[in-house]
Amino acid sequence: MSENRAFKSRDWDSHPAYLSSEYKSTRLRSPTKPLVPLVQSLSEITGPVFGQESVGPLDDDLTKNGVTGGEPLGERIIVAGRVLDEDGRPVPDALVEVWQANSAGRYIHAVDQHDAPLDPNFFGGGRCATDAEGRYFFKTIKPGAYPWGNHHNAWRPNHIHFSLFGPSFATRLVTQMYFPGDPLLDLDPIFLATPTAARSRLVADFSLDVTEPGFALGYVFDIVLRGRNETPMET
Amino acid sequence: MKKKQTPSQTVGPFFAYGLTPEQYDYDLTSIAVPEVGGQDVEGERIRIEGQVFDGEGAPIGDAMIEIWQADAAGRYAHSADGRGSNANFTGFGRVGTGTDPQQRFFFETIRPGAVGNGQAPHVNVVVFMRGMLSHAYTRIYFPENAKAHASDPVLSSVPAERRETLIAQLDESGAIRVYRFDIHMQGPQETVFFDV
Ligand SMILES: [Fe+2]
Repeated sequence: MSENRAFKSRDWDSHPAYLSSEYKSTRLRSPTKPLVPLVQSLSEITGPVFGQESVGPLDDDLTKNGVTGGEPLGERIIVAGRVLDEDGRPVPDALVEVWQANSAGRYIHAVDQHDAPLDPNFFGGGRCATDAEGRYFFKTIKPGAYPWGNHHNAWRPNHIHFSLFGPSFATRLVTQMYFPGDPLLDLDPIFLATPTAARSRLVADFSLDVTEPGFALGYVFDIVLRGRNETPMET
Repeated sequence: MKKKQTPSQTVGPFFAYGLTPEQYDYDLTSIAVPEVGGQDVEGERIRIEGQVFDGEGAPIGDAMIEIWQADAAGRYAHSADGRGSNANFTGFGRVGTGTDPQQRFFFETIRPGAVGNGQAPHVNVVVFMRGMLSHAYTRIYFPENAKAHASDPVLSSVPAERRETLIAQLDESGAIRVYRFDIHMQGPQETVFFDV
């Protein structure tokens, strides 16, 4: 499909500002000058193309892709959803990458020094691509909360990191999915850096429909990427 | 039915095993690596490297940089570019700053051609890091193209005193051309970031 309409701008009423003082690391890492407006060209409306062929057979099953001889510990869950644009149209062939802590709140990453056990049967990373209706689906283990050094007694709420490529470089998105009812959400400077009206879009819904009987609880997390402008790009 | 954009959140400090696993020696194949140009890709081989500095001038060791560029003929490997690209060139690279002792990022790629629209040859860049809640877009331009830069519509939209932050520096001391492109999050040399 050849499509040369530019994308709607990033909606800054939906995204966190770069500087969010309560999240201390932003203080030295946030641009201080305003972003320079850029008229989109082919450079922005094109982007890397990934599809089902970028995804290996176990990449969407984190309960299996780190197994070294047994089952990972923790509560099995299913995360399913759709990737849509702002007009509600499905985004097919979107690459969805995920990474997360294990059920004890520990990442396999070498830099994670949290004193909680690694799980020899859990890796915590995976990916999938959306189908023609924009649907994606992961099996995983519910990640645990973990402490971090932002302030005294700071704990990150349970979350799964998401990275998405839509149809273009302009639709790139990295975000986090949270779980409903988590008491840590109201205390988390990263979640709270999000404009108030947009926060609920980061919280998955529990779904009995997605839940597999006798196997795993289901959560639905829909993701909305930037849509296209009405008129074709000027070239 | 109108929908609202899903908010961005930080990539955090622990992205490497999920997003750049091969570079960091984790047991997952990478969907993108710092080597963008394959063996039989046409074009001049170049290396782009640099550091990402915080507001105190300290290099950042947990940033992730992605680039997206045209091939040597200025074509993007994407259906919206009707000219079609050099089939072996994907144009996309990804690297973390955590595996180099000096927290450098680097890309092995080819020099992009001009994509048209009056734009000088450039590489499109996205920057992610712990402590950055929304990713930032910037561009790398090449110092040999001063003349083309004067009429580049994007560079022209940048205040003149800040344009230098988008132009890489050439180091010709090695076998291939190395372009140095540092990213400064803050300070007098703060890199220009775009509202793409
Ligand atoms: Fe995390």
